[in-house]
Amino acid sequence: MTTSDPYLFEFLLRQGDNPLVLGHRTSEWCGHAPALEEDIALANTALDLIGQTQLWLGYAAEVEGQGRSNNDLAYLRDVYDFRNVLMLEVPNEDFARTMLRQFLFDAFQVPWLTELQSSSDQRVSDIAVKSLKEALYHFERSADTVVALGDGTEVSHEHMQTALNYLWPYSGELFGTDDTDKAIEERGIAPLPSSVREAWNVTVSTTLAAATLTAPDDPFAHSGGRTGKRHTEHLGHMLATMQILQRSHPGAQW
Amino acid sequence: MSAQTLTVEQVWEWLEQIPDPEIPVISIVDLGVVRDVTLQDDKVKVVITPTYSGCPAMREIAESITSELAGRGVRQLSLETRIAPAWTTDWMSDTGKSKLEAYGIAAPQAKGEPKRCPQCKSTAVEKISQFGSTPCKAQWRCLDCLEPFEYFKCI
Ligand SMILES: [Zn+2]
Repeated sequence: MTTSDPYLFEFLLRQGDNPLVLGHRTSEWCGHAPALEEDIALANTALDLIGQTQLWLGYAAEVEGQGRSNNDLAYLRDVYDFRNVLMLEVPNEDFARTMLRQFLFDAFQVPWLTELQSSSDQRVSDIAVKSLKEALYHFERSADTVVALGDGTEVSHEHMQTALNYLWPYSGELFGTDDTDKAIEERGIAPLPSSVREAWNVTVSTTLAAATLTAPDDPFAHSGGRTGKRHTEHLGHMLATMQILQRSHPGAQW
Repeated sequence: MSAQTLTVEQVWEWLEQIPDPEIPVISIVDLGVVRDVTLQDDKVKVVITPTYSGCPAMREIAESITSELAGRGVRQLSLETRIAPAWTTDWMSDTGKSKLEAYGIAAPQAKGEPKRCPQCKSTAVEKISQFGSTPCKAQWRCLDCLEPFEYFKCI
């Protein structure tokens, strides 16, 4: 890599790829949600996430300095260049998994973006301030929905518990630490992700208790997404849909 | 229009004529997305900020500003999009808020919920959904006249 600041570039890809991949997954619900209000809410949530992506990847592209744009980064990279956590790329499956995933992610984003607001890097701070307002709004809805469905009917409860059992082993990757995280922490750009784990634990355990859901008692955590080492087989399929227009008609514009 | 007579106030007045593409009853100035106007010789600089980071109207707003000012004889325009300080509903003008209500959209409130039904003015209202037809609105319902209405989210 010839980028002058590879750690910052890597860090920004991680910030941008999470909302990009979740935003695309969420947008898959457009026209398919269980109720009109949910359809609108999911589409708007996806829009916020894609908007945040534009800011993060826009800055990443500038830092990279290779003449690529945020659109190039989103639409012309391959699976192993993506730096999102695996939890966000697995299929939606059903409304239960979609909302529980949104909640587990929002519960991370809120304390995380709160920390990034005081980043030593002004651009990182500005994007965090803007994104946090939206993350708080998403969190309010996803936490409410998790409680309503978990503590709902027998059927909704079962769907939520199944979703939790499936997603739980993916949640630990949010708090990974590697050389990039350490270098970024040393420069005061962001704390280690593990520093917000306690806040996440408290939020998640409180909400799950209110939702009468039980998290699996197993510390195993899948990893490989945020480092790009090993994505699931699902990301390639997702990108095939997400990127087809730019792949087939390079440079196409609306 | 000659460079001598062009003033910052004049440019603001022109910008006040540009409707928000999603809620055309209020102008982009009422909405608070125009943050700054400066003049250097006959070069106009306009700074805008998005309401929500994914606001799909930003491109249209930029295009409207460009064509409006070009139509007024501005030859050199530089448009800058700035995200900090982040847009807040506090920047919406009082004129903007009353125009919204007259149009049937409840104005943003610091409390996070609408003060009253924009149709019959009843204060008995309930939330239908946190989200609405655009990223900036939520859906509410009046318990007196039973009409659903939109509420401009407060951020
Ligand atoms: Zn009413």
